[in-house]
Amino acid sequence: MEKLTQVTGVGVPLRRSNVDTDQIIPAVFLKRVTKTGFEDALFYAWRRDPDFILNKPEYQNKGKILVAGPDFGIGSSREHAVWALRDYGFRVIISPRFADIFYGNTAKNGVLAAIMPQESVELLWKLLEEEPGRDMTVDLKERTVTCGDVTLPFEVNDYTRWRLMNGYDDIDLTLQHEDAIADYEKMRAQRFPFKPKTLPAKHAPEEPVRSARPVDDSAWAGPIDA
Amino acid sequence: MASTLAQKVWADHLVYQGKDGAPDLIYIDLMLMHEVTSPQAFEGLRLAGRKPRHTDLLIATEDHNTPTVDIDKPNPDKTSAKQLSTLEKNCKEFGVLLHPLGDADQGIVHAFAPNLGLTQPGMTIVCGDSHTSTHGAFGALAFGIGTSEVEHVMATQTLSLKPFKTMAVNVEGELPKGVTAKDIILAIIAKIGIGGGQGHVIEYRGSAIRSLSMDARMTICNMSIEAGARAGMIAPDETTFEYLKGRPYAPTGEMWDKAVAYWKTLKTDDDATFDKEVTINAADLVPYVTWGTNPGQGAPISANVPDPADIADAEQRQATQSALEYMGLKPGTPIKSIPVDTVFIGSCTNGRIEDLRAAASVMKGHHKADSIHRVLVVPASSRARLQAEDEGLDKVFEDFGAEWRNAGCSMCLGMNPDKLVSGERSVSTSNRNFEGRQGKGGRTHLASPLVAAATAIRGTISSPADL
Repeated sequence: MEKLTQVTGVGVPLRRSNVDTDQIIPAVFLKRVTKTGFEDALFYAWRRDPDFILNKPEYQNKGKILVAGPDFGIGSSREHAVWALRDYGFRVIISPRFADIFYGNTAKNGVLAAIMPQESVELLWKLLEEEPGRDMTVDLKERTVTCGDVTLPFEVNDYTRWRLMNGYDDIDLTLQHEDAIADYEKMRAQRFPFKPKTLPAKHAPEEPVRSARPVDDSAWAGPIDA
Repeated sequence: MASTLAQKVWADHLVYQGKDGAPDLIYIDLMLMHEVTSPQAFEGLRLAGRKPRHTDLLIATEDHNTPTVDIDKPNPDKTSAKQLSTLEKNCKEFGVLLHPLGDADQGIVHAFAPNLGLTQPGMTIVCGDSHTSTHGAFGALAFGIGTSEVEHVMATQTLSLKPFKTMAVNVEGELPKGVTAKDIILAIIAKIGIGGGQGHVIEYRGSAIRSLSMDARMTICNMSIEAGARAGMIAPDETTFEYLKGRPYAPTGEMWDKAVAYWKTLKTDDDATFDKEVTINAADLVPYVTWGTNPGQGAPISANVPDPADIADAEQRQATQSALEYMGLKPGTPIKSIPVDTVFIGSCTNGRIEDLRAAASVMKGHHKADSIHRVLVVPASSRARLQAEDEGLDKVFEDFGAEWRNAGCSMCLGMNPDKLVSGERSVSTSNRNFEGRQGKGGRTHLASPLVAAATAIRGTISSPADL
């Protein structure tokens, strides 16, 4: 995963609180078979509105840092919400408060959820709106946000910061115990030599499976008690 | 220290013990995969440039949205076709063994692995499907996981987990005639509730459980998740060993003896204690049917639909009220008087060979009631289908007026064209009666294959005793 130490880019003031994951990405997009390419699905309903902030020329496909109101990411646990934000280009979400599951999902996907007091968010909104499309900088090492002459602190726990700065996903973290896994596998081979392996494949006798016959449904007149 | 069966299996898979409240790292012996919860896991590996750590501990099949007719023709559903072709492509690219539609070993993930003898006592088995608890019938610790965990298992063959709590459900005594594994588990869920097993691994124990066949034990463990439990387990015994012997992946010769010696140690120590314990008297059990919209809303078949006015707890009353509205049922209606449109026999709960035999034994010599629109018989696996055809059961079903289909999840969750229409009422041998589960607006009554077959004969919810 890409390491995150300092991010400079267009800041988007999203003056909304309680942004739920159904707004971030509607359920219909959960049928996809990919883990990327969700940028078109981000804020799908809101983006139908020409006045929505991401439709303004200063912000369209440019946002890198999203500055939102409190309780961002509430609702359904779908990880797709973070994928959509990430795919659109956002690497940092700033909010006074994040929903737990969403917060956990951000770090897993290399996105920083920076917690700032409401006053700081209000100040950033003001600065960004005075000069739409202006750049801002988030410094994870220093835990600061800089917009023009103003530099403000944000909150992030040490563990999440360490993870993001190193670009570790869950698998990387587990693989830090790779020696322990290898040791276990050695023990397993000795103590449980009878445990099954799927390869090489072991088949019971091959038999042809013929298709069932389709049944004529045209006489169905509807439910008995409908 | 005295341990439960679940604790023993956990301890034998401990790679790394988490400190200061951090989760343990647990080794996974086998992961089953299917078309719906695997594509993003494969994609995740590809994006990160990773490879599966052990392709020989993975196996895939197609089940959730496969059609049950015309399996030799192109799939008309584009989304399903895409998921299926993506699975095929991914398995090829990453070297994972796939049993696709048309292969004699294809079937619902929780049916094809036991058929092959891949599910064995003391293993840890995971799959991106909540009914993975089925495999606990062999004394394996088996549970459902999410797509990012599927990716994690492929990359590391481990999972980070906090130990589960343990719960014992004792079913003691002799089961009355006509009472099956499905009735036992529906009665258990009605008793402990859909949250009764939350955070626990349930171990099913007692003489009534011991007396059950492997197919029946799988039915019980399968629905552990409907009681909120992470997994269900039954200690392996001679019945388990007998089932496994000679299956393609079962150990042979000296390895078999070694395996059995280990498997025999897999039982809860006499002085071990559970975090929770429930006891049920088998002799009191009767055929069970659900009347509501969750698997805990069930009652004996001879009971009446409950009256919300009789329920003291406000939340319960409200839940009952809205369930009855959705189900289109009046309080106090005798369950046996409810007319049914469709009967579905199948799923990972009750689509195995013994279930097909049970249904056929009731249907033989009868014809479905005229008021029954369709009787769908969908084997859980292609092997079960072939076995049933060898025994001539397909003829019994066809003479009865039932439709004999290809293996898959089918109408259990309506991801393929086998769906209920709005307002249509089914008696189904599957595992979930949630709103819209079998099709938008469809109404589901869960029951055993015996009850489903008797219902198809009479047209109203019935047990074989009513014939």
